[in-house]
Amino acid sequence: MEDNKSPIMDRIAEANKAATTGIDAKDIENWITIHIMGKAYKVPADLTILTAMEYAGYKFVRGVGCRQGFCGACATVFRKKGDYKLQTGMACQTRAEDGMYLVQIPFTPAEKAIYDVTKEPYEASVFIRYYPEVTRCVSCNTCTKACPQDLEVMDYVQAAIRGDFDGLSDISFDCIQCGLCAMRCPAEIVQYHVAQLGRRMFGRYGLGVPDHLRKRVKEITEGKFTDEMNKLVSCSTEELRKIYTEREKEPE
Amino acid sequence: MNPTNTKETKSTSSGNMKFPYYPGCTLKTTAKNFENSAIATARALGVELLEIPRWNCCGTVFSLAQDDLIHHVASVRNFIRVQEMNDYGLVKNENRLVTLCSMCFNTLKSTNRRMKENAEDLQKINELMYREEDYKGNVEVLHFLELLKSLGYEKIREKVTKPLKDLNIAPYYGCMILRPKEIAIDDPEDPTIQKDILEALGVSVIDTPYKKVCCGSYQTVKDKYIVAELAYDILSHARKKGAEALTTVCPLCAFNLDQRQQAVKEKHPDFEEMPVFYITQLMTIAFGMDKDVFGFEQNYVDPRPLLKSKSLIED
Repeated sequence: MEDNKSPIMDRIAEANKAATTGIDAKDIENWITIHIMGKAYKVPADLTILTAMEYAGYKFVRGVGCRQGFCGACATVFRKKGDYKLQTGMACQTRAEDGMYLVQIPFTPAEKAIYDVTKEPYEASVFIRYYPEVTRCVSCNTCTKACPQDLEVMDYVQAAIRGDFDGLSDISFDCIQCGLCAMRCPAEIVQYHVAQLGRRMFGRYGLGVPDHLRKRVKEITEGKFTDEMNKLVSCSTEELRKIYTEREKEPE
Repeated sequence: MNPTNTKETKSTSSGNMKFPYYPGCTLKTTAKNFENSAIATARALGVELLEIPRWNCCGTVFSLAQDDLIHHVASVRNFIRVQEMNDYGLVKNENRLVTLCSMCFNTLKSTNRRMKENAEDLQKINELMYREEDYKGNVEVLHFLELLKSLGYEKIREKVTKPLKDLNIAPYYGCMILRPKEIAIDDPEDPTIQKDILEALGVSVIDTPYKKVCCGSYQTVKDKYIVAELAYDILSHARKKGAEALTTVCPLCAFNLDQRQQAVKEKHPDFEEMPVFYITQLMTIAFGMDKDVFGFEQNYVDPRPLLKSKSLIED
């Protein structure tokens, strides 16, 4: 593939290399044994579940994403040696431990409703309409226990049931949509999609249009950026690349 | 989450008696007028209803199956929140949990009774909720009407600035605050608690044997005409006895007796609409409160023409 030779692809490939690449096995002092889908592997200690599995030879196409704990793509289920509890986490953020039993969850095939927030009433009935399962919540709190972001998931489901859009948005704000809550819920609620519906409704009806946005839209409509935009549109690729690399950056 | 951060705690006026208060989902949606009028009347009587931080749905109905413990978890979790309110000092040694909705009252009180009487059930539920502190079984579930009774009808009478004279009202109780008798707030065969409150407001109280006949409850979801027939009986009997309106303390009864009058009219074209009040709405009028707390816009049958004809409200 031609694309593989581009510098950007090289950099992505470099970033995706396992953490231990380049270190000789003989130089690694501490080793642990993990069980990936029931099979034992010896891997260096101090790795995350994700890099430990890559060390063992797994190559991820799905079930991996930003590697920074933000994107929610590497949902994982594990059990520790001697413990009966199934635990959940993000593979890129959880340290592999000796005796762990592991599996990656590449995708949650949960139902996602299609709606137009501009046409929905700003009341609890919107949740009942698109996700009627929310009313089956028995407050068992399993979702909260499953959440790798430590959100009070049950509390925002309860907020949805009583139409508290503000509370729901506040509690669920840090959701990374990994889907582990829905995978564990005995009432088959799709918590993370419920929360997204709630936050969209809150954004549309609860917050109003902020002043700075109103001001900026006015500036755009009045043509404040038109000349600058036209200049950019008429640039060649080379000129654009130069402008981009020399752009004003926030200090690191 | 720190329960002391809740906005409810900020709005408390000092000096009032503070009670943990469980609203329930309906009080936050279709029965906002019940909640607003109840909180306002409580405050007028020197009682602050403090919404429990992080409350969850009560479970809606009390599960009668012996082995169905999971459906009692929701109620017990709310009792733990009451313990926490005491731990955090939001209330002082106050284990009485006040409810407004009859369904919530029934579910919470029935569950509480089972937990107090069956230590093994309580232990199982506590173990399932291992992240919470244990429920110690000390909470007492109180319906708002019981709270009013404990304050004394005389105290209510003292607050009345606009007596509701010439208003003929039939109190309706429904099932959930009267049955089973072990959790009843009053004599399940002949309840008088609403009558006593209404009389303190100056109302002419109409007694009807239909006051404790079931409104049809959740049949309203399956077949509205089952409920419509029951509502027809309850409402037309009250009218025959001279009532001009009904009072209730249950959002589900209110829905079945008020909103379902539309279905009643389909089946009985001669039926005359009758307003259905939450008893606290009448209290706000009698206490001379601002019309903003009446909440009549959420009533299906508009009670304002009746109240205007008695010169109890202006517009």
